Amino acid sequence: MKLLNRTLVYLSGVLLLLLAVWATIFYFEMLDEVYDSIDDGLDNYKTVIIQKAQTDSTVLHKTEFAESNYSIHEINAGYALQFKETYNDTQLYMQNEADYEPVRLLTTVFKLDKKYYQLQVISSMVEEDDLIEDLLYSLVWLYLALVASILFINNLLLRRIWRPFYNVLNQLRNFRLGKENKFTPPPTNIKEFKVLNETVDSFISHSTEMYNSQKQFIENASHELQTPVAISINKLELLAERTGMDEESLMIVGSVMQNLERLTRLNKSLLLLSKIENRQFSTDGPVNIQDIVTKLVSGFEDLAQYKEVTVLTDYQNELTPPMNRDLAEILTGNLVKNAILHNHTGGEVVISVYADSLIVSNTGGSTTLDESRMFGRFYKQSADNASTGLGLAIVKAIVDIYGFTVKYSHSGSRHTFIIIFS
Amino acid sequence: MKILVIEDEPDLRGAIVQSLEKEKFLVEMAATYSSAIDKVEDYDYDCILLDIMLPGGNGLDILQELKKMGKADSVIIISAKNSLDDKLTGLNLGADDYLTKPFHLAELNARVKSVLRRKNFTGQNVLHLNNLEINFDNRTVFIEGEELVLNRKEYDTLIYFVSNKNRLVSKTALAEHVWGDNTDDADSFEFIYSQIKNLRKKLKESRAEVEIQAVYGVGYKFIVE
Repeated sequence: MKLLNRTLVYLSGVLLLLLAVWATIFYFEMLDEVYDSIDDGLDNYKTVIIQKAQTDSTVLHKTEFAESNYSIHEINAGYALQFKETYNDTQLYMQNEADYEPVRLLTTVFKLDKKYYQLQVISSMVEEDDLIEDLLYSLVWLYLALVASILFINNLLLRRIWRPFYNVLNQLRNFRLGKENKFTPPPTNIKEFKVLNETVDSFISHSTEMYNSQKQFIENASHELQTPVAISINKLELLAERTGMDEESLMIVGSVMQNLERLTRLNKSLLLLSKIENRQFSTDGPVNIQDIVTKLVSGFEDLAQYKEVTVLTDYQNELTPPMNRDLAEILTGNLVKNAILHNHTGGEVVISVYADSLIVSNTGGSTTLDESRMFGRFYKQSADNASTGLGLAIVKAIVDIYGFTVKYSHSGSRHTFIIIFS
Repeated sequence: MKILVIEDEPDLRGAIVQSLEKEKFLVEMAATYSSAIDKVEDYDYDCILLDIMLPGGNGLDILQELKKMGKADSVIIISAKNSLDDKLTGLNLGADDYLTKPFHLAELNARVKSVLRRKNFTGQNVLHLNNLEINFDNRTVFIEGEELVLNRKEYDTLIYFVSNKNRLVSKTALAEHVWGDNTDDADSFEFIYSQIKNLRKKLKESRAEVEIQAVYGVGYKFIVE
């Protein structure tokens, strides 16, 4: 739920409660005032009738309400003396409405010429159910109007107020370490947002700094390693050429050399990775993947033959993504090489080129590779210590800088890698 | 043949010099920018190995000087930095080749000899080695007048061996040279055995007076008596 709407939910709940309580109190207050006013009227009316009765005796003979709103009955003294004046709510048949309607009834007694009379005066009353209904409708409209205006204010005003916050949020969501994106703090004069800006800014610059120095370290370390490795390899080569080296010594020299060569490969791969991530490769324009595949297949011909693996190509469409040519070759080469190496005798590799994707599938082991780890650095599916474990990490790094995707799937003994160039 | 090695790292310089001297080249050395400038200004070299990062200056500036003198074409840049920019600048300045550290001595030999071949041979670029006759321009090999038919990789392998005759060639050096970066996994080098076996068979059947000898655990030696 969005922040703006969350406040709306709370506010509408509180408003509902507040309005209900207010309406109840208002209703009874108003009703009280209405009764008070009617009763005052009845009282006044009573006085007028009694005064009139003193001069006009016909008034005393009016025993039915009929056309007027009072009636008078003679009563005995005993009853009259203990009678107390009462105001009642009652119902009276109304001709105009053709129904019984609520009326206020004042019953009182008065003495005139030593006779006691009971006087009843009525006044038309507020229809309570109508009143409640009217009140309820008004309240519902008021409530809806309030909620609507809050929604309106939220979306217009709060959205404007919170704009710097959403700006920061959006920038953070799109932020990736190592990508060329900078944090630009949105202008604001709200204190909390200023603090947020400063915090995010310092956090990001600190992380970027750390990340860059780490990358720089990898690059420098790789460079610095190259000279001693070069010296070691060259000296071993000279050593191996010496006459009088027995087979056992040569084996040792050969093994040391192979390990140094492995170190060299690791070094080169790490350097390559860091150069890719530093975006030191420029885009050459559209690169024809089909040409690269054709070249690779002939380059790997001897290896495939030796491994007894058949390499098949299937060119469906031209695929010419805009990228660096060397990276396109490395990307394709790593996938094809893996497909040939991690295969079995008599197996096959199928390379398919579509308008927007490259698919490399190969026969191999029946176990599914761990997709969450396979693109990480130094991932090795076997104890095969000759591989650097960086091949797929390089593939992923290339795919990432261009915004392409790489997917892996596995069914039966067939492993498939798909690169989607979009 | 006179070769100048401009390299500040003494151990590496020593190994390069030692290897080149085995090829019977006359080798001179320079360890700093100024001594290198002095040498290239005073003497002529058939080939110059140039390190880019030098104490006292940038190797590319030496290359610039050489270009002014029209001698840039004999330069092989050797650099620890596999930087595309350096490579392009170097090659644009007229350097013949670019080699990244670490490299194999066999690879260096092959590159140096390739420079020398391009520089020194006029007309027919042909090499005789016992009863072998190699025509570098046409990429053909004859044994006692009869053509030895080789595919591209077999030819490249043979030339690599020829450039390193009687020297040790490691499996990795050969694989990287002939099959390129596509074969950089040690386990894939096993397939080189079968490739060498084919070449050896062809040479033997044609009664070539050369021999590819396996050096246990390391690689091969191309023996020319």
